[in-house]
Amino acid sequence: MTVVAWLAEPWQYEFMQRALLVTVVAAVVCGLLSCWLVLIGWSLLGDAVAHAVLPGVVLAYLAGVPFAVGALVFGLGAVALIGMVRETTGLREDTAIGVVFTTLFALGIVLVSVTPSQIDLGHILFGNVLGVSDVDIAQVVVLGALAFTVLVLKRRDLTLYAFDRTHAHAVGISPRVLAALLLGVLALTVVVALQAIGVVLVVAMLITPGATAFLLTERMSRMLVIAPVLAGGCALAGLYASYYLDASSGGMVVLAQGLVFALVFLFAPRRGVLRRLRGRGAAAGGGLASDAAAPAQAATALGPRLGA
Amino acid sequence: MSAAAIEVRGLTVRYHDVVALDGADLTVLPGRLTGLLGMNGSGKSSLLKAIMGIVSPDAGDVRVLGRTSRDARREALLGYVPQSEDVDWSFPLTVRDVVSQGRYGRLGPLRGLRSADRQAVDSALERVGLTDLAGRQIGRLSGGQRKRAFIARCLAQEAQVLLLDEPFAGVDVSSQATLTALLRELVAEGVAALVSTHDLAALPALADDAVLLHRRVLAAGSPQEVLRPENLALAFGGDS
Repeated sequence: MTVVAWLAEPWQYEFMQRALLVTVVAAVVCGLLSCWLVLIGWSLLGDAVAHAVLPGVVLAYLAGVPFAVGALVFGLGAVALIGMVRETTGLREDTAIGVVFTTLFALGIVLVSVTPSQIDLGHILFGNVLGVSDVDIAQVVVLGALAFTVLVLKRRDLTLYAFDRTHAHAVGISPRVLAALLLGVLALTVVVALQAIGVVLVVAMLITPGATAFLLTERMSRMLVIAPVLAGGCALAGLYASYYLDASSGGMVVLAQGLVFALVFLFAPRRGVLRRLRGRGAAAGGGLASDAAAPAQAATALGPRLGA
Repeated sequence: MSAAAIEVRGLTVRYHDVVALDGADLTVLPGRLTGLLGMNGSGKSSLLKAIMGIVSPDAGDVRVLGRTSRDARREALLGYVPQSEDVDWSFPLTVRDVVSQGRYGRLGPLRGLRSADRQAVDSALERVGLTDLAGRQIGRLSGGQRKRAFIARCLAQEAQVLLLDEPFAGVDVSSQATLTALLRELVAEGVAALVSTHDLAALPALADDAVLLHRRVLAAGSPQEVLRPENLALAFGGDS
C-alpha cells in the first residue's frame, strides 16, 4: 500500500469523515481557549464544567431538546454556583470547585441510572465520535465557530484579563464582564468537545495544547497560533492511530497531545529540561550563558546582596 | 470642584470583621509626589485599592481630579504600577505588549492599535529608556527595568494620577536612583503620584509630601515632619 493510499483510506468512510470534522473543530477551539485557561490558572475549572454538564445532557435527552442546551445551562450554572460558594463561604476556589462539580456529576450519574433510556454513559464519559448524528455535527460546528470567533475577536481583552485585572479595571474595562465572557465560552467549548472526546478527557484538550505552546514561545500572539494548530494536528494523528490500531479515538487524540507535550518538555529551546540541564552545566563550568538568560542570572546574583 | 488629584475623606474599609481603614483622610496634589508610609497591614494596599475602586468603602468618599473613581477610570486618568509579587513575570508578553495595554481604554472593543497609539507607545518606551528592550519578554528584565516598563504603560495611558505600590522593593540601589529621577520628572510635568514605600531613609529625596498610615492617617505633611520619631513610634512602635 502506498503512503497516499494509507493516508486516504480512513476518509473513505463517512463515519470517519464526521469523526474528523468533529474532533478537529473541538480540538482547535479547546486549543485556543487553553492558552488563557493555563495562564489564568483555570485548568481545573475546565474539568469542573465538563463534569457538571452531565445532568444537563440527561435532562435535555428526557425533554427532547438538543443536548447542547442542557449542557450549556448546567455548565454556566456550575460556574455561577462555584463563584457563589467561594464568595459567600470564603472557602478556597479548588474546594468550591470540588464540591460543586462532583455533586453535579453524581447527580448526572444517578439520573442516567434511573432513566429508562438509551443514554449510554460510556458515550458521554468517553465520547462517541464515530456515531455522531447530523444534528450533533451541526451543533458542534455552529457552537465551535461561535466560540472560536468570540475568542479571536476578544483575544486582547482576554489576555489583559489574564495578565493584569487591576489595570483592566483602571482603564475602564470590566474584569467581571471579561471573566463572564471567558466562562461562557468555556461552557460552550465543553459542549463542543463533549461529543468528540467525552467528559473525562475534555480537560486534557483544555490544558495540554496551551501548556505545550507556553513552553515553545514567549509571545502570546504566537502561543495563540501554536496551541490550536498543535491541537488540530494531534486530533488528525490521533484519529489515524485510532483507525489503524483499532483503539479509542478520544484516548488516542489526548495521548498524541500528551506525547507532543513530553517531547517539548524535553527539547524546548528555552523552557525544556535538556536546555536547563545544559545551562546549569555551563554555569557550573564558569561558561557563558546566552543573552536571554543573562537578566535571570543578574537577578539571582542580586538576591544575596538584597538579602544581606 | 477641588483642585486635588486625590481627595479621600473619612474612608473606612472592612473585610468581614477586620477593619483595614478607619476614617482615613488624604489629599494628593497635582505636580507633587506623595509618599505613603506604613507597616504591613497598615492599610496601604486597601487605600490604593479603594482609590482604584477595586474595594468599595464601607464609609467615606474618594475623588480623583474632582470626579468619582468610576468616572476617573472611564477617562483612564488613573495609572497603576503593581507590586512585583502581584505580577506573573513568566507571562508570554513583551515589554511593548505590556506598554500597549496602556492604550486599551482609548481603543475600540477589539483593542486594535492605530498609528497614533503606536506612537504613544514608542514615545513612552523611549521616555523610560526601554526602546532597545521593547521586544524582550517582561520577566527578562531587571527589577528596575520592570518598574520602568509599568511606568511606561501609565505614560502610554496618559494617566494624570499615578499609584505605585512598593515600587522600590527588589530594585537595586542604582536603579532606585533612576526610578526616582524618572518619577521626579513626571511629577515636575504636573502628574500626581502616590507611592507606597517602607524605605524611610529614601523618602526625603523622593517625596514632596508624606502620609503616615496606620488604619487611619497618623501624620501628614513634609517628609521631615512625618518622619519625626514620635510619629514613627506611633506607626511602627508596635501597638499590636
